[in-house]
Amino acid sequence: MSQLVRPYGDTTGDGMVQLSFTLPVPHDARAEGAAAQLAAKLGMDPALVVHAKPVGVGFTFFVVYGRVNHLVDLDAVEVIEREYPLLSAKDVNATIKKTLRRKLVVLGACIGTDAHTVGIDAILNVKGFAGEKGLEYYREMRVLNLGAQVGVPELVKSARSERADAVLVSQVVTQRDAHLRNTRELSAAFREAMGEHRPLLVVGGPRFDLTMTEELGVDRIFGRGTTPGEVASYLIHALVANRSPRMEADR
Amino acid sequence: MTKLGLPAATVRRARKLAGQAVAPVVELARTHTTVSVERAVLRLAGMTGTDPTLGDGEIPWVNRVVDTVREQVGLENGVALPVWHQLRTGGHASLDELAEKVGSGSVRFAVPEGKDADRARRAALAATKRGLARVDRNRRERERLIKRIGDPTQRPWIYLIVATGDIYEDIPQAQAAARAGADVVAVIRSTGQSLLDYVPEGATRQGYAGTYATQENFRLMRAALDDVSREVGRYVRLTNYASGLCMPEIATLAGLERLDMMLNDSMYGILFRDINPIRTFVDQRFSRMVHARAGIIINTGEDNYLTTADAVDEAHTVTVSQLINEAFAHEAGLADWQLGLGHAFEINPDLPESFRLELAHAMLARELFPDAPLKWMPPTKHMTGDVFRGYLLDGFFNLVGTMTGQGILLVGMMTEAVVTPWLSDRDLALQNVRYVLNAAGGLHEDFRPARDGFIANRARQVLGEAVELLERIVDDGLLDAIADGTFGITKRPADRGKGLDGVVRRADGYHNPALELMEAQA
Repeated sequence: MSQLVRPYGDTTGDGMVQLSFTLPVPHDARAEGAAAQLAAKLGMDPALVVHAKPVGVGFTFFVVYGRVNHLVDLDAVEVIEREYPLLSAKDVNATIKKTLRRKLVVLGACIGTDAHTVGIDAILNVKGFAGEKGLEYYREMRVLNLGAQVGVPELVKSARSERADAVLVSQVVTQRDAHLRNTRELSAAFREAMGEHRPLLVVGGPRFDLTMTEELGVDRIFGRGTTPGEVASYLIHALVANRSPRMEADR
Repeated sequence: MTKLGLPAATVRRARKLAGQAVAPVVELARTHTTVSVERAVLRLAGMTGTDPTLGDGEIPWVNRVVDTVREQVGLENGVALPVWHQLRTGGHASLDELAEKVGSGSVRFAVPEGKDADRARRAALAATKRGLARVDRNRRERERLIKRIGDPTQRPWIYLIVATGDIYEDIPQAQAAARAGADVVAVIRSTGQSLLDYVPEGATRQGYAGTYATQENFRLMRAALDDVSREVGRYVRLTNYASGLCMPEIATLAGLERLDMMLNDSMYGILFRDINPIRTFVDQRFSRMVHARAGIIINTGEDNYLTTADAVDEAHTVTVSQLINEAFAHEAGLADWQLGLGHAFEINPDLPESFRLELAHAMLARELFPDAPLKWMPPTKHMTGDVFRGYLLDGFFNLVGTMTGQGILLVGMMTEAVVTPWLSDRDLALQNVRYVLNAAGGLHEDFRPARDGFIANRARQVLGEAVELLERIVDDGLLDAIADGTFGITKRPADRGKGLDGVVRRADGYHNPALELMEAQA
């Protein structure tokens, strides 16, 4: 049985939404009509243009409230469910210690021309993000943050010499799809240099499509708002948890 | 004047400690040079253009010449003596012709001695003097335009950013921003330029999240803003970035093309770009001397610390950095009116009394540096994508700005962390600023925090912590403090980082005509 919902303004099923946009026309009655027309085409009926204001020369900004008739089928929504349990820092450390019996080596960097280290720093720095301490804080992890604008060859070299278990890369700049290009370059370089024995590749950034792992050749993509704890838990899931302690000892 | 009742003895002590902290680093800067400082000398003397035969033709002649001098005779004596000796004795018609012959590999440099050295020195001084004269003319031209067209009527000045990557797109956007109320327009640089060890040439149409800083882009944008300044009836200032590996050269180009403000922090490159500390301090001193000469207002980058560290726990590191920036700036000849010391509204809004804490920090900066046009930076770290909440935060940011008499206000965008600002975002952001300045522009006249109240106590506490940290820095040495991660958590040892191979210890016979002329002036 499918679950259907509509947007909620102040009454169940009223379908009310709000929308703002700018049209490249000077503000007059025709402009407001144009805004109403756009809202209607978007499925808002009735649409109320509640605010219109000239912006610069030849532009008008609108706020529109209105009702949409669309139904949302909750059963038809596809989401990536977290496929691993969230662990506390203590559990992460204990699992690494028990199963891996050495430190888990994590390498982080911003690659290409991207100089925005805010993402990788939030995940790696002790300071952390959203009240969670970063991976540098995890006793059983050895974390190397290479910082900004690291070349892919340099990253591959470091991953090899440090025997990295996982490589974390953050990408903020998306102009001309730089984040996608850089990520493809990253995965190709690791594939070529290390083949099957490459470290786990994890990328993060606010503009990634989280379902593109295969296309980009990486193991996992994290989006906006990801916390260090989520990343740590994923690393345990992917690298440590499914390994039996004995196999690791025989290696 | 003082509303916070800051103990005068503590303020004096803080300044004295900052002076002590920077002294050994200034000494390093006086005894070293860098490839970029030497390239800046050639730029001041008028060398332009790129070597068309190398790579894609993007490497400037100044790089080719400095690298060649270094290979042949070293840079210990500076680039000026060998270059002007060669120019005098090698039968070259001009500096540009000399550069082209360097490109073809037909020039052998030598370090001149005795009378030859004197002659080379005189020629180098005459050539760089012409460049400095242009910087001086630009300064006078700016003063003339301000007198004729006028300054903004209100403080803080409203600072807006454009960043399309294409200078020809930036120009109409910058003009639109000025018409919409911007007093200062900053053209953000392309991501990655700070780590290029050369300055690109010409008008550029492709950049990443910003537009390359080039001499031609500077010229085009300044000319466009001159036009719009006349139209809007106030002189609209232009800002760019003297940071990264080419700080001295970009500062020089800014002086040559009449830019008005430059981002120029003493430690930003070290901490956030992993540029070698010594390279940074040597480059920074030269660039600040140029800024001082050009009448350019510098903007420092303390706001950045708060994006990586906690804005409450680490508030005192901002104060310490401001004091260090001030000490370096004064040593380089900058006057107080040229110090746009930075700070930011970055306290977690969920924290109880966060607004009072912000007020305390902003007032502390205001009272510590009463004659500096402080640069007040909007929230970024706690802008979540909830644009409605972000708009409110920006309103409170604007309120602190006007209540504490900030000099330069970077307009916060509610879509921070979501998109590069849309036309409507900028318009809404400016409405926010205007509403607050209209509604509460004079509030600072009435606002006196209680003597022993929360705000005054907090400001004194931060100042106290700043003094303690400065004491530690003086004991350990500034370079070691940076190596240990005192600022913004990152650890940066003095023998590491990008650009280290471009640092050279000066020999006794070192000659830098630009430094000599600027030091004589200061």
